[in-house]
Amino acid sequence: MASTLFDKVWNAHVVADLGGGVDLLHVDRHLLHDLGGGKALAEIGARGLQVRNPELTFATADHVISSAPGRTGGAHDWAQVLVDSLRLETRKAGVRLFDVGDAAQGIVHVIAPELGLSQPGTLVVCGDSHTCTNGALGALGFGIGASEIVHVLATQTIEQRRPKTMRARFDGAPSKGVYAKDMILALIAKVGMAGGVGHAVEYAGGAVRALGMEARMTLCNLSIELGAKVGMVAPDETTYAYLAGRRFAPKGALWDAALAWWRTLPSDPGARFDREVELDVARLAPQITWGTSPEDAIAIDARIPAAKPEALEYMGLVSGGPIAGTRIDRAFIGSCTNSRLSDLRAAAEVVRGRRVARHVQAWVVPGSMAVRHAAEAEGLHEVFGDAGFEWREPGCSLCVGANGELVEPGARCVSTSNRNFVGRQGPRARTHLASPATAAACALAGEIADVRSFLP
Amino acid sequence: MEKFTVLEAIAAALPTPNIDTDMIIRVERCVRTPRAEMGRWAFEMARYRADGSENPEFALNRETARDARILVAADNFGCGSSREMAVWAIAGMGYRCVIAPSFGDIFYSNCFQNGVLAIRLPKAVVEDLLRTIGAATAPVTMTVDLPSQTLTAPDGETHGFDVDPLRKQALLEGLDAIAITLTRAPAIAAWQQQDRARRPWVWG
Repeated sequence: MASTLFDKVWNAHVVADLGGGVDLLHVDRHLLHDLGGGKALAEIGARGLQVRNPELTFATADHVISSAPGRTGGAHDWAQVLVDSLRLETRKAGVRLFDVGDAAQGIVHVIAPELGLSQPGTLVVCGDSHTCTNGALGALGFGIGASEIVHVLATQTIEQRRPKTMRARFDGAPSKGVYAKDMILALIAKVGMAGGVGHAVEYAGGAVRALGMEARMTLCNLSIELGAKVGMVAPDETTYAYLAGRRFAPKGALWDAALAWWRTLPSDPGARFDREVELDVARLAPQITWGTSPEDAIAIDARIPAAKPEALEYMGLVSGGPIAGTRIDRAFIGSCTNSRLSDLRAAAEVVRGRRVARHVQAWVVPGSMAVRHAAEAEGLHEVFGDAGFEWREPGCSLCVGANGELVEPGARCVSTSNRNFVGRQGPRARTHLASPATAAACALAGEIADVRSFLP
Repeated sequence: MEKFTVLEAIAAALPTPNIDTDMIIRVERCVRTPRAEMGRWAFEMARYRADGSENPEFALNRETARDARILVAADNFGCGSSREMAVWAIAGMGYRCVIAPSFGDIFYSNCFQNGVLAIRLPKAVVEDLLRTIGAATAPVTMTVDLPSQTLTAPDGETHGFDVDPLRKQALLEGLDAIAITLTRAPAIAAWQQQDRARRPWVWG
């Protein structure tokens, strides 16, 4: 019978059928971070248990650490406690930690693909809902809660009910100023933020095949914003070329064996999905959100809709007028959605030779030390620095504010992150989600602006 | 984990769809507040005014909702971040059962890890409950019977609901999921041994 990519990977991880549609699945890669990692490991000790497979468990500091230049850990006592706990507990458990100062440190969903930890057909979990990002490599990645983290540490397995499947097809060539972020925001606007609840999504179609790996990560990253825990792209030559030679990717004969298996993973012709949706990329304009949900995305040249009065009030917007021209206070280029080298290049292309508006505070927070170093080798830090952007240290930073870096109450921020929820970037902060290129254009203009007028 | 069998309790209604877990508990509370105090900060942005006083407009601040232990909510409740503190916060307010047409998938799992029963019911039924509870001038009581998988609404009508058999058993007996899975350690070891031969590259 024709199978989907998702079903093949799921089936390859079933340790036991627990009945009632629930399986006990093996976890190949368990990623920990500073927000809950130390506590979960301490809980294992307190229960008199052991980490079953420390060699399959990896940790990094990203959520609570400062992104200020020269940082060594958390900027606050309460953050430093969490970082210290992660350091102590990973050492005790024999879990590898990519700590502040390590050349491999970065946002967990940036470094897992970058280090070759997540691979096609691996099952990846992490106590963070954006673990779906790893699906870009054809991995089955999803976020778990604090109790489930302890369960995985103790047993290297997780109980899961098999979700339904959805295929999202993107076809057509994107026009100027349109990126993966615009594609996925438009999809969420189309199906709604609950449209994917209970589903694993596979992104397919010519427009997805044409995306590079980092753009596919952006696509998969926002799966959870349409309600889907899992989002995947079938592995192909782009995937294999990306993985080859990475630190934890297989080498030599193991690579050949892995590659042979990976090539069997893509969905079979005729595989059935519970739901199919389609989107024509050729007709897309750059997107930006106006409200307090990722589904509130519109074309940059559209008018603010007459909907969701509470969201409009929170955002300080009036329906009927154009979204472009709305004055902004902050711009944030970063997060597990859009902080990779290709994102920074796209933003730098817009920024080069121009200046950030005087009233705007603009930040670039690279996703990892590797991204930071690669960008600096190309001189991107100078492009941003010369324009008036702050060039900062890798971490989650302003996306979630867990480290105390926040947007001020009432201030308006164009952000390349993933959530424009009420209060997400700080109490009463107003967030507009957009691509790195659009965020850069807005920073320069000092207001919400159409990036197409900044591109050749 | 605290057992859950039959809960006869006051119900509160929160009719806003897509309540995300950032809304339920702010990230700085996740980082800085002990679990035992988290209930106080549940829904803080909607529940309190800027001066720290209660916002009388917020549905869960109604007098009729004061002692509620059942929360009836709208579509996609608990979407967004995986933070389990969202469940701790709701449990800290006193809720043992949450009813909605749909839930964020991660939040739904997190409920069962903490002795909170999450129930999915058809949208029409939930909308009816939201209306009834929202219009009531005195506290409204409902009964959630996990063994028989039924909910008795304020009007006396009974609705069946689905729950995974394993999750049901764990709630009824207050079982610990880790202890149960550890009894399967031999099966896990055997699977891993086979996998090392089948996919050696995963094991480095």
